[in-house]
Amino acid sequence: MTSTARVTPRPQVRDWPLFWSKVGRIVGKVILYAVLAFGAYIFFLPFAWMVTTSLKPAAYAYEVPIQWFPKKITLDAYFYGWKTLPFPLFYRNTIIITAANIVGLVLSSSLVAFAFARIPFAGRDAWFLILLSTMMLPAQVTLIPIYLFWSKLRAVNTFWPLIVPEWLTNAYNVFLLRQFFMTIPLDYDDAARIDGASWFRIYSQIIVPMSKPALGVIAIQAFAWNWNNFLGPLIYLNETRKFTISIGLRLFQNQQSSKMPETMAMSVVALIPTLIVFFIAQRYFIQGIVITGVKG
Amino acid sequence: MTEQVLETLPKRSRLTPRARNTIAGYLFILPWLVHFFMLILGAMLASLVISFTKTDLLTGFKWVGLQNYRDLFKDPLFIKSLRVTAIYTFTVVPLGVCVALSIALLLNQKVAFLGFWRLIYYLPSVVSGVAVAVLWTWVLNPRFGLLNVGLMRLGIPQDSLPRWIYSEKWAVPSFVLMGLWGAGGAMLLYLAGLQGIPTHLYEAAMIDGANAWQKFWHVTIPMLTPTIFFNMLMSIIGSFQVFTQVYVMTGGGPNNASLTIVLYLYQRGFVNLRFGYASAIAWILFFIILFFTMLVIRSSSMWVYYEGELKK
Repeated sequence: MTSTARVTPRPQVRDWPLFWSKVGRIVGKVILYAVLAFGAYIFFLPFAWMVTTSLKPAAYAYEVPIQWFPKKITLDAYFYGWKTLPFPLFYRNTIIITAANIVGLVLSSSLVAFAFARIPFAGRDAWFLILLSTMMLPAQVTLIPIYLFWSKLRAVNTFWPLIVPEWLTNAYNVFLLRQFFMTIPLDYDDAARIDGASWFRIYSQIIVPMSKPALGVIAIQAFAWNWNNFLGPLIYLNETRKFTISIGLRLFQNQQSSKMPETMAMSVVALIPTLIVFFIAQRYFIQGIVITGVKG
Repeated sequence: MTEQVLETLPKRSRLTPRARNTIAGYLFILPWLVHFFMLILGAMLASLVISFTKTDLLTGFKWVGLQNYRDLFKDPLFIKSLRVTAIYTFTVVPLGVCVALSIALLLNQKVAFLGFWRLIYYLPSVVSGVAVAVLWTWVLNPRFGLLNVGLMRLGIPQDSLPRWIYSEKWAVPSFVLMGLWGAGGAMLLYLAGLQGIPTHLYEAAMIDGANAWQKFWHVTIPMLTPTIFFNMLMSIIGSFQVFTQVYVMTGGGPNNASLTIVLYLYQRGFVNLRFGYASAIAWILFFIILFFTMLVIRSSSMWVYYEGELKK
């Protein structure tokens, strides 16, 4: 950015005849779309392969070259998986944990972020700095003492260790929401204060209704994270009937490692909720990434 | 001003507004305070103490001082896990930046159906966890896998194809490949960054006679460095903690070729019940991450361009 200010602006150098520049532009567009399409093909292929393989009878699944549109379609692989392990139960467990954590995380992080963004309390900046600095801490450092804590409470093999921490919020979500709350003009609060509203009323009746997109982002990310969480359930849940979908699928893969259509089918089953939520709430997924990235 | 108005209202308590704000503030951040004192500060102190002991967490703790740390630096498996994790991180992070940035640049060329392209490239980064690991276990299968079958179609003879996660040489590259498939999240960040670059900068560059390459190198890249910086920091922190894929797909093998730090921590702690040793691994991991975070932050003044900052 140092040499942008020259004294005499030079006219644009383009001595090509108009025709060739047009051809050049069209060729450029063709190459652009070809590259994009090729890349998209590569990125999407594993998904397509997963779905077709899961629908093939075992006899055809291992054929080379790959039959993209199988001659015979069957749901056998799905039924097999469903029968072998209690996948509906895994689903139920995952839904319980995920739903509880979405509620808990949205509630707790919005309360905390509200205080950091709106209430002028003594020590606020210091606490916020501490909050930011904890974002760097790898979870593994606190993993073992927290495990010890839950095992002393005899809560291992229950859902509590997977739910309670989320209800106590986390630095990342507080940070994200605070950034959003800061963008709402403080005049609203002042006006409400003059009318005698408490901070809680300002939170629940002004800030929360105005922040639905940001809260949606938190909810979506909480969903994606909890649905896919692996290390937590792996450590805390040890009875099959308590398993979540991710460790249930891992167990299935361990037992049936040579069965391609079956393991693929159960992967599809595990992925479907994420995909549905993603298609419905794509906007929130994308916003979440952008909000976190903008204020680096 | 607010306070003056409040004075005229009927008093609800004898506390000053400021004191009431402080009480309200701490009540609101109570969940975080509990989190901080128990799950972070308390747990960190406990973790530090545990790392100086020998324990299975059930039968008691035996103080061993720095023994765990001394043993770790003589433990060939731990050294191996450091190497594996470092190689993984320093391959997947720069390559990830390149892939994500390239896609973002392509999508920023006023393409038609932007939403569609973005969706396809972004999708793999949304799904994660075990299902993706299972899928990729098959994609990388040497005989039936999508990758090798595809390479065979390109005319590469079957016996010279890599055995991916089943070979010592290709295990880590396999995970890198899988990581790049999920580069879509970063791509969205770069795309947002690209769209935030004011057009007048390009116009100014054009008036100066800059060609496309010069515009890219002297306008686009400098304006994007804050995004690249943030993204790199996050990916380095994340990559050092890689676990799920490795645990599900190779269990660290073959012959520990994909043994990462967190996997080793898990094995020592939750499999062998050597929780003191595992805690020491966690602390070393913490300092490694701290070191690289600081390094990136420190180096940022040399390569990250912030608007409003004066160039020396």
